[in-house]
Amino acid sequence: MAATTIRFVLNGNVVETAVTDPTRTVLQYLREDLRLTGTKEGCAEGDCGACTVVVAEVDSESGDAVLRTVNSCIQFLPTIDGKELFTVEGLRRADGGLHPVQRAMVENHGSQCGFCTPGFVMSMFALYHDNAAPTRREIDDALAGNLCRCTGYRPIIAAAGSMYGYGEDRQPPVHHDLLQAVARKGDLAIEHEGRRFFAPADIRSFARTCEQYPDATILAGGTDVGLWVTKQYRELDTVIYTGRVRELLELAATDTHLEIGGAVPLARAFPAIAAHYPGLDELFCRFASPPIRNAGTLGGNVANGSPIGDSMPALMVLGATLVLRKGEDERAIDLDAFYHDYQVNDLQPGEFVARIRIPLVDKAIVVASHKWSKRFDQDISAVCTAYRLERRGDTVTDFRMACGGLAKTVRRAARCEAAVNSAGAWTTAVVESACEALAQDFQPISDMRATADMRLFATQNLLRRFYLESTGEAPETVYTYGR
Amino acid sequence: MAANAVGQGLPHDSAHLHVAGTAAYTDDLPEPRDLLHLAVGMSAVAHARLVDVDLEPVLATDGVVDVCTAADIVGDNNYGSIVKDDPVLADGLVQYVGQPVFVVAATTVGAARRAARRARLDYDELEAILDPLTAVRKRSFVLPTETLVRGDPDAALEAAPHRVRRQVFLGGQDQFYLEGHIAMALPQEDGGLLVYSSTQHPDEVQRMIAHATRRAAKDIVVICRRMGGAFGGKESQAALIGVIAAVAADKTGRPCKLRLDRDDDMIMTGKRHDFVIDYDVGFDGEGRILGIDFEFASRCGMSADLSGPVNDRTMFHCDNAYFLENVRIVSHRCKTNTVSNTAFRGFGGPQGMFAIEYVIDDIARTLDLDPLTVRRRNFYDRDERNTTQYGQVVDDNILDELFDRLLASSGYEQRRAELRRFNERSKVLRKGIAITPVKFGISFTSTILNQAGALVHVYRDGTVQLNHGGTEMGQGLYVKVEQVVADEFGIGIDRVRTTAADTSKVPNASATAASSGSDMNGKAAQKAAARIRKRLTAFAARHYAVSEAEVDFRANKVYIAERILDFEELVQAAWMERISLSATGYYRTPKIHYDRATFSGRPFYYFAYGAAVTEVVVDTLTGEARVLRVDILHDCGDSLNPAVDLGQVEGGYVQGVGWLTSEELWWNGDGALGTHAPSTYKIPTCSDLAPDFRATLVTDMANREKTIYRSKAVGEPPLMLALSAFLAIRDAVAGSGTALPDLQAPATPENILHALRGTRRE
Repeated sequence: MAATTIRFVLNGNVVETAVTDPTRTVLQYLREDLRLTGTKEGCAEGDCGACTVVVAEVDSESGDAVLRTVNSCIQFLPTIDGKELFTVEGLRRADGGLHPVQRAMVENHGSQCGFCTPGFVMSMFALYHDNAAPTRREIDDALAGNLCRCTGYRPIIAAAGSMYGYGEDRQPPVHHDLLQAVARKGDLAIEHEGRRFFAPADIRSFARTCEQYPDATILAGGTDVGLWVTKQYRELDTVIYTGRVRELLELAATDTHLEIGGAVPLARAFPAIAAHYPGLDELFCRFASPPIRNAGTLGGNVANGSPIGDSMPALMVLGATLVLRKGEDERAIDLDAFYHDYQVNDLQPGEFVARIRIPLVDKAIVVASHKWSKRFDQDISAVCTAYRLERRGDTVTDFRMACGGLAKTVRRAARCEAAVNSAGAWTTAVVESACEALAQDFQPISDMRATADMRLFATQNLLRRFYLESTGEAPETVYTYGR
Repeated sequence: MAANAVGQGLPHDSAHLHVAGTAAYTDDLPEPRDLLHLAVGMSAVAHARLVDVDLEPVLATDGVVDVCTAADIVGDNNYGSIVKDDPVLADGLVQYVGQPVFVVAATTVGAARRAARRARLDYDELEAILDPLTAVRKRSFVLPTETLVRGDPDAALEAAPHRVRRQVFLGGQDQFYLEGHIAMALPQEDGGLLVYSSTQHPDEVQRMIAHATRRAAKDIVVICRRMGGAFGGKESQAALIGVIAAVAADKTGRPCKLRLDRDDDMIMTGKRHDFVIDYDVGFDGEGRILGIDFEFASRCGMSADLSGPVNDRTMFHCDNAYFLENVRIVSHRCKTNTVSNTAFRGFGGPQGMFAIEYVIDDIARTLDLDPLTVRRRNFYDRDERNTTQYGQVVDDNILDELFDRLLASSGYEQRRAELRRFNERSKVLRKGIAITPVKFGISFTSTILNQAGALVHVYRDGTVQLNHGGTEMGQGLYVKVEQVVADEFGIGIDRVRTTAADTSKVPNASATAASSGSDMNGKAAQKAAARIRKRLTAFAARHYAVSEAEVDFRANKVYIAERILDFEELVQAAWMERISLSATGYYRTPKIHYDRATFSGRPFYYFAYGAAVTEVVVDTLTGEARVLRVDILHDCGDSLNPAVDLGQVEGGYVQGVGWLTSEELWWNGDGALGTHAPSTYKIPTCSDLAPDFRATLVTDMANREKTIYRSKAVGEPPLMLALSAFLAIRDAVAGSGTALPDLQAPATPENILHALRGTRRE
């Protein structure tokens, strides 16, 4: 039986609301329906952060409340069913006073035009309750998804550093009792005038629904699907949401593998991967922004299969396999083999990415990734590379390199790899021959991110850089230098 | 009660609202019943005759109420403020991708935007000119080419012992205000129209709506309480949005709101001009410029808009801080089939200053001198060699002093030596450093625009409402002018409230632009308040039989000889004696005059100065660069509000670094802008701020001119401090094999790699 309403906690009050348009965004709902206009629209694509709100969930294992920022402009309203939502209007103290975050922003002159400010305040609110003494680097990371055009950020960073100085309680202000009250057992299914939104609670129900509606849009974090609606004005008739499926949210590590459920957000998946592969840390830090990583999922990034998706080069060189599921049946496929052409992959109608399986290898194997873009934080790669170098003594036993941004799909650099593997050595000369081979592997295009010529040249230089990093001759990047 | 408000670093007047989400922007205002939402249908091609505009599918979309085309504009279908070449809606001819062709009015935003995409436009395509160099070759200009010559540049170049010629490309910049363009028009009784507009220029929105709808100005009220950023982008462009909302409101008889989606905003509205700069400089062995020939070609886009004065300012600022004895400046205002470029912080000045700073850098590298040395050798002198190419004497020059202080406080010499040593050791990373000056002329170059009005009301409870022609876009204008007015009455700033910029309160106001907001509105408001204070003083002297000299206003009190009254007591007493408690104030900037025909005179009341040292690190393999340390010393005269002014300095610098590094506008081969959202257009983020960032205001150098409290304008000048970042990158690149790197702006990783490789982008 289809529900007609969802329930969630908004700034400390339980809200029950009818859903007539399943792809209505949280931002539209806040601004247009509730007239809560403190949350702003700056871009409607999750790139500027003016719409940042905070979602609280209780971790099912630890019972701890977790605050995470999301971009309300691309988050569909039904996805907050059962959660607690904080907007800038909810930060004021009961006595009408400002929250320490807000006080610090005023006292440090952290706002000028003020339009980005509510978004910054919300990102800082999450930081405040999450981290007792953030470093500059942690502040940068926490605010990477918020653009300010006026201040140049110095006073905002100062505010983020001084917001702890008011002696206030840092317990996350989560209403556990209310969250329990709005918690939904079982599936959520909404139907209104022929449009449907399903949020199954377990994988069998999810798989069944996917088979029943093979043309449905599978919604994970919505960091791309959201834009279909806000930018392309597409009307999605049937949406099936992965975000409540218990099994898809599991993240398990064995001795040999990481198993990452298809709906695990990037913010959970990346630290788990980086714990084994610290060479990927900078890439993960540069991947989009906290609100996007909080919403977006590894499974979504992989299934979406963008040629400029940043997680796939690394997953490919690591030898990741995808466990795909259709109904009750599962099959595994190497990520290498998954992409057929531009936005064409091996998924059959009704099939979905259940898990991503990443081998855990000997730490002596060098794994690294480079992102080449115009800006450090939250940019789309012109080129993204990943490498895996396995050596025994001076002999290369296995070299892998995968690239994004150079072809219709992310893929391995076969000739480049062969140049190294056939030589079996890791020297300047071998790397130069591998660089030449890259020109055979890829014929990139020119677009707004880079020209074809420079994409290739930069990729060659990135490989040269990886070589110098492996020999200790390039110990730092411009981003790590001096930090 | 504290001392005077002026000079205190008070928070922005809306800071407590900004952080709470309670500062209302235009889209946050309560929506009237029956409001219709608008969306604009745009041209998909760069240059074409419109053969057919089929709007049937648009009208058939659920929720659509009406559509408007050029035929629905009963008056002038134009919003060009200087030249009448800017159609509101295309009439038979489209001249850029993104040009508004029609408007949809629907019951929801979504319906309007969906419907706008369903029109069937049939084009007969014409040849499109898509870049400035092609425009120069084809003599395609929006305005005639201008030339300014002083001395004999040809002879000087001929005789010079050293010479460098160069062509450099300098990219444009999107304003990227966080709040996109928006206007809401509400029909009023008897043909009236009320318009809420996010605009730096309510008067122009009023005037253009009047022209387009055949109304008198008296029938239109335009209001703007605040903008979520503007940076010049809402100077002329806001009229387009306002007129569209007005036309639709007239046609439908209902309130109409047009809020541009980010992509539409970036595609449809103008940006900073990109330039192709050619120069030929002759100099002596000491690095002194003997003769120089500049040729500027800027992308104006399909219409003139503000391109005339923008390019004039380039001609006025291609000296920056340097005396150019023999100079020729040729300025082409190129007509291209791209969006019409417009005002952006600096207004052509940054491009001129970029050019001369590049010249200085080339000279220094040619002679193997520290660019600092070459800069100082070419600085304007105090008593001679102090006249600009347009005939204004630089009589307030403080750059030598600023440089001395900044060199000492930044440790420039020592750090330069250290980084040379670093570069010798480092295999992949290289560092660079640069110090650059800013000298920026303050005043609208169009003398007429240098006037402002204000309106001050004192109420019987001793509180004050203030209104002036200036608009608040985040720059802190309102708080600064409130500080002035509070001090004029000797009352706390909490007693002063600024009401929204409103064409019915202060008429005929100039745009809040050219950094002039505080200078002009501060003076106008001060005069208005002074008039009321004078009346109160006269009344008090009469009423209490003392001399006027014995009446003093301070700390919310009025001291009348031995008597002390609360301010409101005196006000109440004055009201009972029927003394007017309301006044207007008016200010015109003195001393300025300028002959556009000869490019000579004194266009600027004074100059604002600053200097910056920037140190960067560059990856010679990836072309990535990062700013490591910034030292800024900037001149705001006697600052009205040091906290607000520092915010302008810091924010301006970072915005300038964005322009010169990561912000890149890219058009495809058909003339469509590809970088029209933050996903593809990259302004700086937090992590781009240098880990060591030290900006300071000069606190002991009052403005020599009698500006408001001897302060100086601060909106635009700091942006150009960022030239030091670009030249620091060039410094880092120059150490890597190539002496005179051919570094194009913005210095993206791609452009840096080209410079390192000695190649040029196709």
